[in-house]
Amino acid sequence: MSGWANISQVKEKITQGSAEDITTSYLKRIKKSKINAYTTVWEGAAEKAREIDEQGHNGSLAGIPIAIKDNISTKGISTTCSSKILQGYVPPYDAHVIERLKDAGAIILGKTNMDEFAMGTSTESSCYGPTLNPWDMERVSGGSSGGSAAAVAAGEAPIALGSDTGGSVRCPAAFCGVVGLKPTYGTISRYGLISYASSLEQIGPLATCVADIAALMDVIGGYDARDSTSVKTETVYKDALVDNVSDLKIGVPAEYFGAGIDPAVESAVWDAIQLFEELGASWEQVSLPHTPYALAACYIIAMSEASSNLARFDGTRYGYRKEGENWHVMASRTRAEGFGAEVKRRILLGTYALSAGYHDKYYLKALRVRTLVKRDFDLALKEFDCLMTPTMPVPAFKLGEKVDDPLALYLADVNTVPINLAGVPSISLPCGYTDGLPIGLQIIGKHFDEATVLRAAYSFEQNTEHHTRRPVEVV
Amino acid sequence: MITKEEVEHMGWLARIEIHESEAQAYAKKLSSVLDYFSQLAEVDTENVSPTYHVADIVNVFREDVVRPSMPQEEVLANTEKKQEGNFLAPRIM
Repeated sequence: MSGWANISQVKEKITQGSAEDITTSYLKRIKKSKINAYTTVWEGAAEKAREIDEQGHNGSLAGIPIAIKDNISTKGISTTCSSKILQGYVPPYDAHVIERLKDAGAIILGKTNMDEFAMGTSTESSCYGPTLNPWDMERVSGGSSGGSAAAVAAGEAPIALGSDTGGSVRCPAAFCGVVGLKPTYGTISRYGLISYASSLEQIGPLATCVADIAALMDVIGGYDARDSTSVKTETVYKDALVDNVSDLKIGVPAEYFGAGIDPAVESAVWDAIQLFEELGASWEQVSLPHTPYALAACYIIAMSEASSNLARFDGTRYGYRKEGENWHVMASRTRAEGFGAEVKRRILLGTYALSAGYHDKYYLKALRVRTLVKRDFDLALKEFDCLMTPTMPVPAFKLGEKVDDPLALYLADVNTVPINLAGVPSISLPCGYTDGLPIGLQIIGKHFDEATVLRAAYSFEQNTEHHTRRPVEVV
Repeated sequence: MITKEEVEHMGWLARIEIHESEAQAYAKKLSSVLDYFSQLAEVDTENVSPTYHVADIVNVFREDVVRPSMPQEEVLANTEKKQEGNFLAPRIM
């Protein structure tokens, strides 16, 4: 079978056959694949699907296969953050989102490739090698959730979970031509997500269509006492799937169409805004004046939080260990050999930004700039229902193109990081193609107003064909 | 901007062993990033308070109730280096 199917199509196939058949066919596709989307394939998946068949398909995702990013804890299934330092680690517990997925009857196919510890924009810093873009295997899949996005794009899973600290769901969604949502900070419990930058990141769904994003949100969203930043929300995401934008006031921030933007990306996004106008929405330009400083602020905060969060990987309790004559030498050698180059750079920079003499200049300054960036969004979203921008200023770049230049790679995140600083929700969905490569439209909403973001995205999808285009078979 | 000696000091603080031969290369790459970060100095943040996180939540409390914890063998399952229910690590001093 071809793997390209949305949830309702997979459900139909389950009714005609069985969840076990569907799961087995996905496992076969994954095995034959050339794109390196998975780090671990779960051997128990087919048996679990048979169990679901026997129990009679209870739950909103009964028998639906799903791919999980390798930084989300899965009990009994290897979870490594695509890092040498976590080789052999098998979590003794499930993340909150995994508990929810299991309760809904979903089948975990396996774990997906990512930039090491989610630190990247291309999935090239994985210890397993890069995930190739299904649209052009000489190009990156985006990052850091590149494996999840590529798996969905290549029909190796109908749906997937990623995580988004500065664009890590939306960037690969844009590069791979799928839909990806970064929910409002606090919407989805981070319990069991291996932390990188706790104040910025959220788990987010990836799928072939907006309806599947809503279906996943209805399962994984909601309060969890084990994450102290979890917020009680009442949203029923499926109710947002309405094809009507006649009341919608759209803001278009000029700063997101700045220098370095690919002309094809710019024109595809303007075409999308034009279509919204034809559908009855109104738009106006708006300014988010602190945008140019968001990237530096976001990276300083992320690196500072990472330097603390990643202190736990010291060779004592799990993962890689290199012995030494005392604990300090053991830990220092373990971390020198266990972490890759980019992770070490970010920990060192984060340590520097927090150290005596530099704390106020870098860390505290970044937190103050964050306040200003957030204020920009608060003001703009008082006037408009949502904002529209290109997700990425360029289409997927070539493998190796930016790998030796950390700053060039950071700059690619310029349109996605401000959203994490402000904590607002944002979706990326396909809005066109250039030279056979997908282009992503980013729709940003108010805090906890995923409903408007989903309604706008759903309406766009109902009136366009971009999301139906598929890459040539890569398996 | 960041010296070889500072890189070595950060390596010690972060417990990442850095060989003398690598320190110079680190200093160069980290300096170019720090140089980019310095642009924040342009922003007037006088009277602007810092935002540590965006959730409108302060002090989350729960009832102090005893709950079962994870079984010891599961906690220790991910290492070979253990002894009498403890993690085994080299001496600190």
